[in-house]
Amino acid sequence: MSRLKARFQALKAENRAALITYIMACDPDRESSQKLLDALPSAGADIIEFGMPFTDPMADGPAIQLAARRALAAGGSLALTLEMVARFRQTDRDTPVVLMGYYNPVYTRGPERFCREAAEAGVDGLIIVDLPPEEVDELLPHARAQGIDFIFLATPTSDEARLPQVVSRASGFVYYVSIAGITGTRSADEAAVADAVARIRRHTDLPVCVGFGIKSPEQAAAIARIADGVVVGSAIVQAATDLGNAGALDLVRGLATGIRGAAVAENGTGK
Amino acid sequence: MTNLNTYRAGPDERGHFGLYGGRFVAETLMPLILEVERAYRAARLDPAFTEEFRDLLANYVGRPNPLYHARRLTGLWGGAQILLKREDLNHTGAHKINNCIGQILLARRMGKRRIIAETGAGQHGVATATVCALFGMECVIYMGATDIARQAPNVYRMKLLGAEVKPVEAGAATLKDAMNDALRDWVAHVDSTYYLIGTAAGPHPYPAMVRDFQSVIGEEVRAQSMARYGRLPDSLVACIGGGSNAIGLFHPFLDEPAIRMVGVEAAGHGLDSGKHAASLAGGRPGVLHGNRTYLLQDENGQIEEAHSISAGLDYPGIGPEHAWLKDSGRVEYVSVTDTEALDAFRLCTRMEGIIPALESSHALAHAGRIAGTLPRDHLMVINLSGRGDKDVATVAAALGEGGPV
Repeated sequence: MSRLKARFQALKAENRAALITYIMACDPDRESSQKLLDALPSAGADIIEFGMPFTDPMADGPAIQLAARRALAAGGSLALTLEMVARFRQTDRDTPVVLMGYYNPVYTRGPERFCREAAEAGVDGLIIVDLPPEEVDELLPHARAQGIDFIFLATPTSDEARLPQVVSRASGFVYYVSIAGITGTRSADEAAVADAVARIRRHTDLPVCVGFGIKSPEQAAAIARIADGVVVGSAIVQAATDLGNAGALDLVRGLATGIRGAAVAENGTGK
Repeated sequence: MTNLNTYRAGPDERGHFGLYGGRFVAETLMPLILEVERAYRAARLDPAFTEEFRDLLANYVGRPNPLYHARRLTGLWGGAQILLKREDLNHTGAHKINNCIGQILLARRMGKRRIIAETGAGQHGVATATVCALFGMECVIYMGATDIARQAPNVYRMKLLGAEVKPVEAGAATLKDAMNDALRDWVAHVDSTYYLIGTAAGPHPYPAMVRDFQSVIGEEVRAQSMARYGRLPDSLVACIGGGSNAIGLFHPFLDEPAIRMVGVEAAGHGLDSGKHAASLAGGRPGVLHGNRTYLLQDENGQIEEAHSISAGLDYPGIGPEHAWLKDSGRVEYVSVTDTEALDAFRLCTRMEGIIPALESSHALAHAGRIAGTLPRDHLMVINLSGRGDKDVATVAAALGEGGPV
């Protein structure tokens, strides 16, 4: 069983949503980024999204744009990203790691080679922001062949006609981008997210995780009552920048507490 | 060279020109991109759409513009007859307006009220702000802070026309960064907003759509050449940033095997200097801004900054159809340095009384290299894609205080 599948099954038994934390590889440098990566699970991260730095992060807001710039200035690359995952795997065999980024560095490395190396490093899933279902055929088969889950994004603009196309070839989980916008900016309305998650569930049995614009433990708790996973990225990246790794890990602990509280509250109401 | 029955059939239904093109965008934009494609396909079949496009090109833009026989440059270079396609005489001073007229009609058809665009030299920004004023639409232009500094007259022109000009500070603060921010804006305003892309690049259907709107350039050249000389030209030369003026000139002639076509990229300080904008000569295939094409990039697939004295050519990519035409060998691609372009700028100004845009000066510079080697009955069309008024300050700075004007 894939790590992602095992993790979602275990969380289902605990009756709570996953906390999915995003950080950027090599931000602000390799050593500090590795330390943060290694410490995320014990702070309460259930799944890690690991950003692959790219010069032109078109779907990202200021926090992650600046993170990418710092990472690249520190020598960040796809090769280093994979090395960091491999090092993480020396001590953590269970926490799923999903690489998130843009297609050009992957294309440059070669889809087949990249997927093979990612699997060797211990990567469990891929989110490639600028590879919609229309263009995914050049990467998806290689990911599948290596047992790597391919995670598709559903958005507020994915209508009933499009959703089946988006989720039909997904594995691991479906990532619902809760706002039409870039990362780390606006926050979605809870009721709208609940509607969208319900709509997506009609098309897939995969876990549905929600991200974009979720910053606080309270927001995380609210989304945790609706979805199978809560993705927090820009807020953690910003905390690490402003307060260092310790500050970022404090935020992760707070988010984890929020999500666990949501599970208790849900049990308490007998839902 | 690959011999095909036609070079004019692309792209396929998925927007691919061979390996190039496509729709590499975030899922949020996909439904909208598909809607643009559907709307454009319907518009092309609607005679009323074509009629209004042609009417505005004739009565608002001032087309057809002349195919001018530049006798003094012809004499100086001593070979081919030099014919300048005068896109500089269009309303707003460049070829950019052709595409803007087409796309604003499409945006109106789609019910959009807010227009966004990216601009480098400011020519596309001015053209977009102009059509937004004409149609009473809200207009937001993304422009790199570096370009704002070197294209001040165009910035003010856009503001006069009612556009909001948003400075982009990221990266080298040029066209690539402006396009990133325009795409970010679009993702956040998908319902209300139409992205009026200025060149034959970006996700499908933009490369094909912009080419179609710009093909009026080549179609006019065909008619003008036939009327005056009773035959088609022998060669076509155009500068290439994204490549819309070049594809507009070339496309109607791609299946005329006798016609030689040359696209001229910006070599900046020289191809070996690392400071240039020649993505075909110095790049390799990659994915950026919604399409696969030749890109300036490092060995890890990180996009590199382009450099050109001409803000309109200062972009690390190129339209996907040019990438395909390069690989197929149908079009020849060369490059010209900043210095060569400046020399051609001064030459054309002094010899013909026409101040060309620095972009177009790249095409002139290459024409000057080859014209003398060609027979006197050779008809060479150079696309004078824009006028150089906007570049006067840049040229003055490059030539130095009191420099030889």
